[in-house]
Amino acid sequence: MHRLLSRYAEAIYWLARYVERAENLARLLDVNETFSRDSRGWQNWRSILQINRDEERFFENHEEADADSVIYFYTLDQRNISSIISAVNAARSNARTLRPLISTEMWIQLNMFSNNLKSMQREDLSEPRLARFCNQVKEACQTHTGITEGTFYRDESWFFYQIGRAIERADQTTRLLDVKYHLLLPNNETVGSPLDVSQWNAVLRSAAGYHAFRRVQPSGMTQADVAGFLLFHSRFPRSVRACVHDISNRLNHLRSTYRLIGGATALDELDELHSLLDDITIDQVIDKGLHEFVDWVQLKLIRINAELGAAYFGYPALNQEGQAAD
Amino acid sequence: MLGGAGDPAEHTLSIRERLNRLDLEELRGRARDAELELYSFGITFTVYTQKDVIDRILPFDVIPRVISAQAWKTIQSGVIQRVAALNLFLHDIYHQQKILKDGVVPKDLVLGNKNYCPQMEGIDVPCGTYVHINGTDLVRGDDGQFVVLEDNGRCPSGVSYVVENRHLMLRSFPDLMSNIGIRPVSNYGQKLHEALVETAPAGVGEPQVVLLSPGTYNSAYFEHIFLAREMGVPLVEGSDLVVENDKVYMKTINGLDPVHVIYRRIGDDFLDPEVFNPDSVLGAAGLMRAYAKGNVSLANAIGTGVADDKAVYAYIPRIIKYYLDEDPILANVETHICREPEGLAYTLANLNKLVVKPVGESGGYGITIGPRASKEELEKCRAEVTADPANYIAQPMVNLSVCPTLTDDGIKARHVDLRPFAVTGKSTWVLPGGLSRVALTKGSIVVNSSQGGGSKDTWVLE
Repeated sequence: MHRLLSRYAEAIYWLARYVERAENLARLLDVNETFSRDSRGWQNWRSILQINRDEERFFENHEEADADSVIYFYTLDQRNISSIISAVNAARSNARTLRPLISTEMWIQLNMFSNNLKSMQREDLSEPRLARFCNQVKEACQTHTGITEGTFYRDESWFFYQIGRAIERADQTTRLLDVKYHLLLPNNETVGSPLDVSQWNAVLRSAAGYHAFRRVQPSGMTQADVAGFLLFHSRFPRSVRACVHDISNRLNHLRSTYRLIGGATALDELDELHSLLDDITIDQVIDKGLHEFVDWVQLKLIRINAELGAAYFGYPALNQEGQAAD
Repeated sequence: MLGGAGDPAEHTLSIRERLNRLDLEELRGRARDAELELYSFGITFTVYTQKDVIDRILPFDVIPRVISAQAWKTIQSGVIQRVAALNLFLHDIYHQQKILKDGVVPKDLVLGNKNYCPQMEGIDVPCGTYVHINGTDLVRGDDGQFVVLEDNGRCPSGVSYVVENRHLMLRSFPDLMSNIGIRPVSNYGQKLHEALVETAPAGVGEPQVVLLSPGTYNSAYFEHIFLAREMGVPLVEGSDLVVENDKVYMKTINGLDPVHVIYRRIGDDFLDPEVFNPDSVLGAAGLMRAYAKGNVSLANAIGTGVADDKAVYAYIPRIIKYYLDEDPILANVETHICREPEGLAYTLANLNKLVVKPVGESGGYGITIGPRASKEELEKCRAEVTADPANYIAQPMVNLSVCPTLTDDGIKARHVDLRPFAVTGKSTWVLPGGLSRVALTKGSIVVNSSQGGGSKDTWVLE
C-alpha cells in the first residue's frame, strides 16, 4: 500500500474544516438572528463584522451594515471568502481533488449541495426565511458528516478528516462564545436578567447543546454554567475540551498506527492546551476575561494548524515564535 | 444496427425487438434520468470560457451500438497488429533507423517531425512498449468495412465514458440487456494496471504506479480520476513529484515514497522543464534523467507522437508490411500526402471531393470538408495548402455509417465513429467495446465532443 500524498492529506483536512465551518456559520447567523430581535438589533449585525475582523472587506462592496447586507455577506456572497457559499465551494473544490479517494456518495452530495447554493437568490434569505436557510445548510453539512462516517475508507486520510473537523469545531465554539460576549458586554444589571438567560439559552441551542446541557444541569442557567459547558464539558461533542481531546487522540493514533515521523511539535502544543483546559475553572476564566481566554485558545489552534501543515502537508517549517520560516 | 445494404443487421434482431417494446416517451424519460445521473456524478468534461469554468456532460444517447462477434474479431486483430507495428516502428526510429535507411518512410518526415524526440535516441523501454495505451479511430465506409481514420498513440482519452456509459445503461435499461451476451468492459482498470506493472523498470518488486494529471482544470480530469480509482493508484500532479539522484519520488505524509511507473496524461513538452518546455510546472524537473537511466517507466513513452502523426499515418500500411511481413487487417482511408508532388497535385485538382486536414491539429479543427465547402472556403483552403503543403493531407470523404439515435425528432439515423482502446504491456489486449461517438446534428459527420458530438454505449456480442 502506498502512503497518503501530502496534497491529499491537506485536502481532506480542509474539506472537513470547510464543511464544519459552513455548518457553524449557519449556527452563528441563526443565533444572531435571535439576538437581533431585541431593540439593539442593528448593532448586533455590525458586531458580527467586528468579531470576525471583516469590516474593511465588508465595506468594499456594501454601503451599510444592516441585517440584509450582513446576512448576504456571510451566506451567498461569493466575493466574501468567509461566506457559507465560499466555504461550501472550497469544500467541493477539495472534494474534486480528492475524488480518487473519497466515496462517490460523498462527492455527489457535496456537488449537489454546492449547486443548490449557487441557485439560491437573495430573496431566499429575507428575515422570515433565514432560519429555514440556516437549517438547510446545517442539515446538508450533517448529511455530509453522516455519509462520510458511513462510506469513507478508514485509512490515514480518515484521521486527517477527523482532525480537521475537530480543530474547526473547537475554533467555532470559541467564536460562538465570543459573539455572545461582544453582543452583550455583561454589566451588573443585565447579568442574570431574563433577557440574558434567554440569550445564553439561544447560544446553547445554536451549538445543539441545550438538551445535553439540561441533562447535566436540570435547572437554572447562568453565564458561567453555559460558558463552562461549552468550553469544558468532556462529553459534549462540540465543547472545546472534547474537541481538543479528540484531536490529540487522533493524532496519537495516526502517528502510532502509521508510524509517521512528523507531528511531535503539534502534539506538544496540543498537550499544553489540553492540560490548561483540564486545570482551569470557568470562574477563573471569567475573572481573567472570557474574551481573552477564547482569544488565546484560538491562537493556540492556529499554531496547531501550522504545525500539522509543516509536519504533513509540506507547509514551511515554523520557527520558535510560531512564524513560518522562509 | 443496419447491415451493409441498409437492412437491419441480423445480429441486432433480439435487441431491436426489445427496444420496440419501449415507446418514445419511455425512452425519453430514461434518457433524462441518465443525463441527470451524469450531472450528479460529475461525469463531465471541462470547458473554459473567458470568465467561467463549466462542467459539461458528454451528451449520452441511450440507443446502444451493437457490434457482432465476427466484426469485432477483425477489429481486435487489426488493432493488435497495428499497435505491434507502431511499437516496432518507434523502437527502430529511436535506434538503428533501418526503415528510414531502407527508404520505406521518408527520413525527413520522421526526423524533421516536431513530435520526434531526439532525447529518446538509444533509450530502451521495457518490453519494447512505447504505446501502452492506444486509441484507433475507426469508421465504417460504404462497403461496411471498418477503416482506420487516425491513430492516437499519445494520450488517447474517452475510455472512462466507455465504462461509465455501460454502468449507466445497466441502471437505465436492465430489461434491454439481460441475457443478450454483451462482453464486459468493467475490467479495463485492472488490465491497464497489469500492463503498467509489466512495463515497470526491471528488478522492482512491487512497482508503485501513479497517474500524472495536469490537475483539476484539465478538460479530461474526470477521466484521470476514473483511471486512478479503477487502478487503485494515486492521482498525482507535478508538484507531488520530486526527482532525487535520478529517481522519482512522491511527497507523502511520511516523506518521500518511490515511484516506478507513471501513466502520464500530460504532453511530452510539459514533462520535464530541464529538457522540454522550461516554463512547465506540470511535470517534474529531472524526470527525463530518471527515465533515461531506466529508473522510471512512462506510459506512453516520450516521443510517440511521431507515429500517430497524420502525415506518418499514410505510411502505416507499409510500416506493417515492413516489420511484420503481413498485410494490414484494417485498411487506412485512402490518403494523399500534400508534401509529395503527386499528392499535392491530386489534392489541388480534387479539392471539392476531398477532406483536407492540417497534420498538426487535433479535435477536428482546421478541417475543410470539400463537398460541403463554399467557393470561398475552397479557395482559402487552396491558398493554405499551396503555401504550406507539408502541413496537409487529403482524404476522400468517408460516408460514415449511421446508427439509430434518439433525437428531438424521434429515432433518426446519425453518423458514428468508433475508438477501441488497446492496452499493451508484454502483449496487447483490446477492450471489447470502445467509444462510439455520434454526431447529434442532422447530417453532420463531426463527432468530436468539443464540437457537439455525443456518445453511445457500444455492445460487442459474445
